[in-house]
Amino acid sequence: MRTKEERIFQIIGNILMMLAALAAIIPLVLLVSSSFTENNALIKYGYRFFPTVFSTEAYSYVFSTGNSVLRAYFVSFLLTAVGTVVSLIITTMLAYPLARQGMPFRGVLTFLVFFTMLFNGGLVPTYINYTNVFHIKNTFWAILIPGLLMNAYNVLLTKSYFVTGVPSEILEAASIDGASEFKTFVSIALPMAKPIIATIGMFVGIAYWNDWNNGIVYLTSTGGSQWYSIQSLLYQMMNNIQYLAQNAENISTAQEGLASIPAASVRMAMAVMGVLPIVVIYPFIQNNFVKGITLGGVKG
Amino acid sequence: MANEKVTFKKVKKYVPLYVMMIPGLLYLIINNYMPMPGLVIAFKTYSAKKGIYGSPWCGFANFKYLFATSDAWVITRNTILYNVAFILINTVLSILVAIILSELTSRLKKFYQSAILLPHLISTVIIAYLVYGFLCVDTGFVNTSILAAMGKDPVMWYTETKYWPFILIFVSAWKSVGYNCIVYLATILGFDRAYYEAATIDGCTKIQQITKITLPMLKPTIIMLTLMAVGRIFYSDFGLFYQVPMNSGSLYPVTQTIDTYVFRGLLQLGNVSMSSAAGVYQSLVGFVLVLGANLAVRKVDPESALF
Repeated sequence: MRTKEERIFQIIGNILMMLAALAAIIPLVLLVSSSFTENNALIKYGYRFFPTVFSTEAYSYVFSTGNSVLRAYFVSFLLTAVGTVVSLIITTMLAYPLARQGMPFRGVLTFLVFFTMLFNGGLVPTYINYTNVFHIKNTFWAILIPGLLMNAYNVLLTKSYFVTGVPSEILEAASIDGASEFKTFVSIALPMAKPIIATIGMFVGIAYWNDWNNGIVYLTSTGGSQWYSIQSLLYQMMNNIQYLAQNAENISTAQEGLASIPAASVRMAMAVMGVLPIVVIYPFIQNNFVKGITLGGVKG
Repeated sequence: MANEKVTFKKVKKYVPLYVMMIPGLLYLIINNYMPMPGLVIAFKTYSAKKGIYGSPWCGFANFKYLFATSDAWVITRNTILYNVAFILINTVLSILVAIILSELTSRLKKFYQSAILLPHLISTVIIAYLVYGFLCVDTGFVNTSILAAMGKDPVMWYTETKYWPFILIFVSAWKSVGYNCIVYLATILGFDRAYYEAATIDGCTKIQQITKITLPMLKPTIIMLTLMAVGRIFYSDFGLFYQVPMNSGSLYPVTQTIDTYVFRGLLQLGNVSMSSAAGVYQSLVGFVLVLGANLAVRKVDPESALF
């Protein structure tokens, strides 16, 4: 009796989860299939799960016309690399002292970090601050700095890792041996905090790769398009497929360019390129990612 | 620590540590603290030339204008109702998925979890393209393959408001159930298996085990995560409401939330006063809600409270 019920549960559970898993993946299949379909076939039959007429014209178009796509790809990689490295440096350098027992003003400083999680000025003052005071509009800083470079949550997560994972006896021993504070941090504390650094680096890296928000707020299509990441470019193209043609150097007139864009398939090919790096690294980071999410309960 | 005196000598010893903190603190000042007093802009007639602090005061005029329009009601309603729907549906689905995953013995378990978590890592712009693949009027899968096969007329998805509450709720679940179920699953896997073994010996069915053991033990986690979500009820996922409906004007009645309203006001309409009034409204009510939710969490489970 019990085994039969158990078996039914297993069968139904597997069916439900299989449906959920398929629902999660199927939209990506539609995307990839459409990107490899001839544009005319798409217009005739629509987006399908199997290419009605197989073609790589969308990709050859993307790679042959102008360098706006390749440039955006380069910007995305640059942004992700620089953003992740800088973020890890300033996050750990802020978290480490906050984890040190006995440092004067430790409580006040921790609260200053924590308070940013509760209250913020919102978009309007932040925008005016960055554009009128710091003048970062249409520069590389515009996609690097606002919002993403460091957040209180990561600082507090790292801080509690330093508190629990790096015993203060070891730090004291290093200090007695004459190591400077900075040397102790770099050669003792950081190597011991590798797991949390990997986790936070992964979260930050994905956030930078996926970010389009800074692009639409701080870059204008007329003055800042050289700093478009692949996500910003995808956003621009969604509204305006001609954008690609306008930036294509080997097309003489905009009219001609517009007519020659295999728009239906190019859209999908660009989206595939935008999501590809995530899908490629996903199997490698997945376990760490799941662990990182459950870390959320840890507090300092 | 509190009793120890902060002496100059002691502070001096820690100077290298303070120096290390400078870049991070500087960033918090620039990114978080400098904009905070800028909220006063909502009480001023903003002029870009004079800046936030040089612009003349205008009292509550901006708020009067904002709340005199129907916009204020629409954006508040949309933000709150969508969040309520997301909290209810995503919580129920996440718990269901977590329970099934915790009970499955199949080897495919790992695959299921990987697959449903993947959408969480995809940027909202790309999600908008995925939705577009299905809903595009001329070439979308739904119009060209499903509706055509059923002999029905194509639907103008991006101009018909009535479908969007369902579409947005579906996309939200698609994107976040895989993520939300992780905490529930980790909690369930932490339960003592002895309860289940005892129940099995006593002849409990699987369903009884779930309703009598798993769910009651999961209750504190459910309450805590729900309260935290309620604390964020005045904030919306900007990308979901802006990118996924393709910024379509005719959908505003059902897709405009406080966040999209502030964004459009500031960057597309150049209406800084209305935009900043809505922003202050969100910041203040949001702050009160976060504090209230935390107070409630502390009553339920002091260990889980933020402060």
